[in-house]
Amino acid sequence: MFQHFGDPGKMKDYHYTGPVEHKFSPYAFNGGTVLAVAGEDFAIVASDTRLSEGYSIHSRDSPKCYKLTDTTVLGCSGFHGDCLTLTKIIDARLKMYKHSNNKTMTSGAIAAMLSTILYSRRFFPYYVYNIIGGLDEEGKGAVYSFDPVGSYQRDTYKAGGSASAMLQPLLDNQIGFKNMEGVEHVPLTKDKAVQLVKDVFISAAERDVYTGDALRICVITKEGINEETIPLRKD
Amino acid sequence: MALQDICNFQSVFEDSLTTEYPAVPHGKKIASNYVSGLPFSNNKSLFHFYIPVAEYLDESPIQFGQISTVQNCSADSSEDPFLTSSTLPTCLPFASSQSVPLPFPMAHGTTTLAFMFQGGVLAAADTRSSCSGLVACPASQKILPIHSHLVGLTSGTSADCALWKRILARELRLYQLRHGRRLSTSGAAKLLSHMLHPFKGTELCVAATLCGWDGGEVDDGCDYHGGTETGPGSHGETTKNQMTEQKNFVDSTNAKVSLAKDERFSFSEQCFIRKKMNLSGPSLFYVCSDGTRLRGMLFSVGSGSPYAYSILDQGVHWGLTVDEAKSIAREAVYRATYRDAYSGNCVDMYHITSKGWTRRNREDLKEEYYREKQRRKHEKTERRDVTFSD
Repeated sequence: MFQHFGDPGKMKDYHYTGPVEHKFSPYAFNGGTVLAVAGEDFAIVASDTRLSEGYSIHSRDSPKCYKLTDTTVLGCSGFHGDCLTLTKIIDARLKMYKHSNNKTMTSGAIAAMLSTILYSRRFFPYYVYNIIGGLDEEGKGAVYSFDPVGSYQRDTYKAGGSASAMLQPLLDNQIGFKNMEGVEHVPLTKDKAVQLVKDVFISAAERDVYTGDALRICVITKEGINEETIPLRKD
Repeated sequence: MALQDICNFQSVFEDSLTTEYPAVPHGKKIASNYVSGLPFSNNKSLFHFYIPVAEYLDESPIQFGQISTVQNCSADSSEDPFLTSSTLPTCLPFASSQSVPLPFPMAHGTTTLAFMFQGGVLAAADTRSSCSGLVACPASQKILPIHSHLVGLTSGTSADCALWKRILARELRLYQLRHGRRLSTSGAAKLLSHMLHPFKGTELCVAATLCGWDGGEVDDGCDYHGGTETGPGSHGETTKNQMTEQKNFVDSTNAKVSLAKDERFSFSEQCFIRKKMNLSGPSLFYVCSDGTRLRGMLFSVGSGSPYAYSILDQGVHWGLTVDEAKSIAREAVYRATYRDAYSGNCVDMYHITSKGWTRRNREDLKEEYYREKQRRKHEKTERRDVTFSD
């Protein structure tokens, strides 16, 4: 593969440009899209399950949502190797926290911790786009979105990964009511949110080659985490 | 993070890390040793930075822009996590070339501004955080309060700014606990500048403007008399060896001292007065990751700063009222967002006085664009009516 990783997810044109020096790059782009939406008393984290590299699909069943605690789910897309390592490190840190503080980490605390973990690798970053979805201490939905080096903030909705540029404007419009005049801002119900997420991923699978196969939705409420898998386009 | 120091958390974690990342202790240790002469020397957990070393790959280290001393050090004693290598210079990945080519862009691009006036310090910023063409976040927060009387504006990579702000806030809090008083803005700026110094030459990009009110615990807002001409005619004592960007003051009348710029005189006079007053009152500092640390009366940082400067230079003077100052700041950010593609969305404004900072509600500039459009249309019709009547 002659991929140039300055442009993740895009194929390079095959034409002669002169002698090219090939370097080993420690990064690879494995595709995938993650989405998280926060509601009044619920949060949804959804991801597709395709794992690809270049023109090949490695797996059709590799979901990108990782359950961290009973109230928090992490979605990470980007380079799969870094995703795995990062989730292992987070799990270990969660356990350490639990053992030394005798309580589970809250979503906000996990977000802050993840930010420092990512920043500790400022000069050789984890190539992962993270989104944390969960319930905060008051039981309200919370979404924290990160960039690969650890900058984060709390949002109501966020899309990350290869199709993020396509999905984010749609979410801005449907959930944030942006760029619409004279519309009543109705709060999002759980069922409507789940339906919206499904629709949004179906659209993403149409136009993004790295998104497809199946959709895994995790709905987090105070009762627990409910997982659902829906098939998407496989081509 | 402070809790970590107390319960020696980092040392526990470090042991588990050494097996995975042999290079961590060295790079990190060196960084913290370098700054160990400074007040926060006791904590080891400044930051663990993993510096990629090419041992695990069969590549020449030059390819990754690594300095060979890092490798020698890790080859010698890869098992000791607490190596205090006093013989080694501060070695961290440097130089202009990226050590490992990043496959993604970082968030950059902004307009932030801050200026001092008789009513304190006013700081304003836009809220767009862009990532080479994509708006990563339309509602990011670029003005971060550090403590009750200090606010920092961030420009550059948002991750760097957020984390270094956090570290600075921690260190200031520790200082306050240890010494019983708040560190002045000048001291905080110096601290930040020293903390960033080991990373000079790396791709860390932080351009922070610290706006604060120094004054100890007493509410002495009335002590500060800025802009008065009571200072002596010439005083070589104010050794400002830094160039300061300066706003012309309508009030200043002394123009006898031959300096390169007129403004510098009135400013240095202010400094003298301020020194007499025990350095209390508003202050404004600009700190950059390349090592710059400047005190000034007006700063604007970011890709939209040229546009903001033009509005500010025209309108800012010492005697502004708070409302006038707010409207100028808002106008400056608005004009910058109008012209600069990487700035936009909303305006955040913070006002710092002797009582602390107050925040104005975030205002969406979209409304302003529409109002402006209406105004233009109105003017055009007016003009047309006038020409017709001639």
